[in-house]
Amino acid sequence: MSETFTKGMARNIYFGGSIFFFLVFLGLTYHTEQTFPERTNASELTEAVVRGKEVWENNNCIGCHSLLGEGAYFAPELGNVFYRRGEDAAFKPFLAAWMKAQPLGVPGRRAMPQFNLSEQEVDDLAEFLKWTSKIDTNNWPPNKEG
Amino acid sequence: MSAMNPHLKFQSQAVAKPYFVFALILFVGQVLFGLIMGLQYIVGDFLFPLIPFNVARMVHTNLLIVWLLFGFMGAAYYLIPEEADRELHSPKLAIILFWVFAAAGVLTILGYLLVPYAALAEMTGNHLLPTMGREFLEQPTITKIGIVLVALGFLYNVGMTLLKGRKTVISTVMMTGLIGLAVFFLFAFYNPENLARDKYYWWFVVHLWVEGVWELIMGAMLAFVLIKVTGVDREVIEKWLYVIIAMALITGIIGTGHHFFWIGAPEVWLWVGSIFSALEPLPFFAMVLFSLNMVNRRRRQHPNKAASIWAIGTTVTAFFGAGVWGFMHTLAPVNYYTHGSQLTAAHGHLAFYGAYAMIVMTMISYAMPRLRGLGEAPDARAQRIEIWGFWLMTISMVAITLFLTAAGVIQVWLQRIPADGAAMSFMNTTDQLMVFFWLRLIAGVFFLIGLVCYLFSFRQRGRVTADDTVTATAAI
Repeated sequence: MSETFTKGMARNIYFGGSIFFFLVFLGLTYHTEQTFPERTNASELTEAVVRGKEVWENNNCIGCHSLLGEGAYFAPELGNVFYRRGEDAAFKPFLAAWMKAQPLGVPGRRAMPQFNLSEQEVDDLAEFLKWTSKIDTNNWPPNKEG
Repeated sequence: MSAMNPHLKFQSQAVAKPYFVFALILFVGQVLFGLIMGLQYIVGDFLFPLIPFNVARMVHTNLLIVWLLFGFMGAAYYLIPEEADRELHSPKLAIILFWVFAAAGVLTILGYLLVPYAALAEMTGNHLLPTMGREFLEQPTITKIGIVLVALGFLYNVGMTLLKGRKTVISTVMMTGLIGLAVFFLFAFYNPENLARDKYYWWFVVHLWVEGVWELIMGAMLAFVLIKVTGVDREVIEKWLYVIIAMALITGIIGTGHHFFWIGAPEVWLWVGSIFSALEPLPFFAMVLFSLNMVNRRRRQHPNKAASIWAIGTTVTAFFGAGVWGFMHTLAPVNYYTHGSQLTAAHGHLAFYGAYAMIVMTMISYAMPRLRGLGEAPDARAQRIEIWGFWLMTISMVAITLFLTAAGVIQVWLQRIPADGAAMSFMNTTDQLMVFFWLRLIAGVFFLIGLVCYLFSFRQRGRVTADDTVTATAAI
């Protein structure tokens, strides 16, 4: 680098630039917070949904599945599983039967453990996944398959 | 340590050694669990239900994080006394914290492996302060608290050393990065009930670490090693360091937005995240120019060739892994189709290996011969084996990345682009990708061979010049 560009100038760009953009980041975070209630239907975030999130976390579901595209890529995306598996009419019975049937025991197939969830826990999990599916994700995923 | 080590400027730098050794042990564990997962991608029920995939993945990723932290701490204990031109504030505290952190790490990994995760959550009282079950932050809350305590003790120790000694740009940047690392980790304790908000602040740990403050740590470690192995004037090196970290933070902080496209955050992030993250390759490109330039302008012929190769290697691999492979899918219209596909995995592997695994091995390559009392450099044979390890691991990781990229492209083609009805399901798509998963596994085996080769390079014992032989066997 040329001699006219000094270490002091580089340092000032570092300090000034990072502080400035950090403040912009905080501003954008404030804006984001303002939009969360509407984009996530916060009024529908019931106690069952909160309990369902705990079931989701306590069993490390993210270790195989992705949720809104984040997580592991070993098992299907679940952010939209509510739509993929029958919506209001069929999703809850589907999930209950699915959880009960694990592991499927097909040789060589990726296997999901039996988590021994109570009926209540499965119902809470269903509520959590249903609420999640309604978050405004800018239309992601592109199709039902997630 | 029973005798003076003449190859250390300050004897207290020796505390770095157990940190480096333990980091490499954990690295071996990480790679072994990576191979288990690679096989589970092909034979789905391999080791089921003994080690389900989610457990193997948790061990794989957590070992990565912890070994890099051990590497960063070891690097700080080595370079901060040397830069500050004084002994470490408390070598004893450094050793105590080593054992605390190592024990906490081992216990946590054993917890993952021996107890179902839900039972671990219950045993450790997760309901009191729920922080578990989120990607990379799976550690029980008590482990997280332990990490904070270790970090505080560590920052106190190196901070006091810095305050009482000479303050150089390198040590200040290193310190800033380490403090940032600790501060942003605190967001791991914030787990809001609203999933979108949870994800938003989760990235304050994950992104602001790896695409923020960790780049400061990497830059400082790189600058330190380059000064040592090239003898280039400190003024020049420090100016480069400022330019690199300025670029890193100016692009990287707002670049966090590329994670906010599809998690419930507002549309503004589609633009802001795309633009700023498209610039995130710049600091990595600057690092490539930096390392090549400094090595070309070297004022001395350092006998440790391997360290120079690591230094250039880490910048080039990080540029491709973090920079090019990141850019490839960072623009929102592209990411709409690639988000959470095998492309993400491809990018993650080369970026972490290139930027962080390799910078730690750069530091180890430079510091370890001195810490072990061998001198400025290992003998030619040991270096040859080390360089073999370098190439085997690096080429294997590039191969893993290319195979996962191919898998990702086909996955997007089959599963993401077609409309409802025409799109293939996740599980059926997986079957179509089998050949790439096989190739990835084979590349993974070669990576392990490379790692073993690298570890063999540490076998050299006492085959050093006459005046060094006394100390060669004395270190720890």
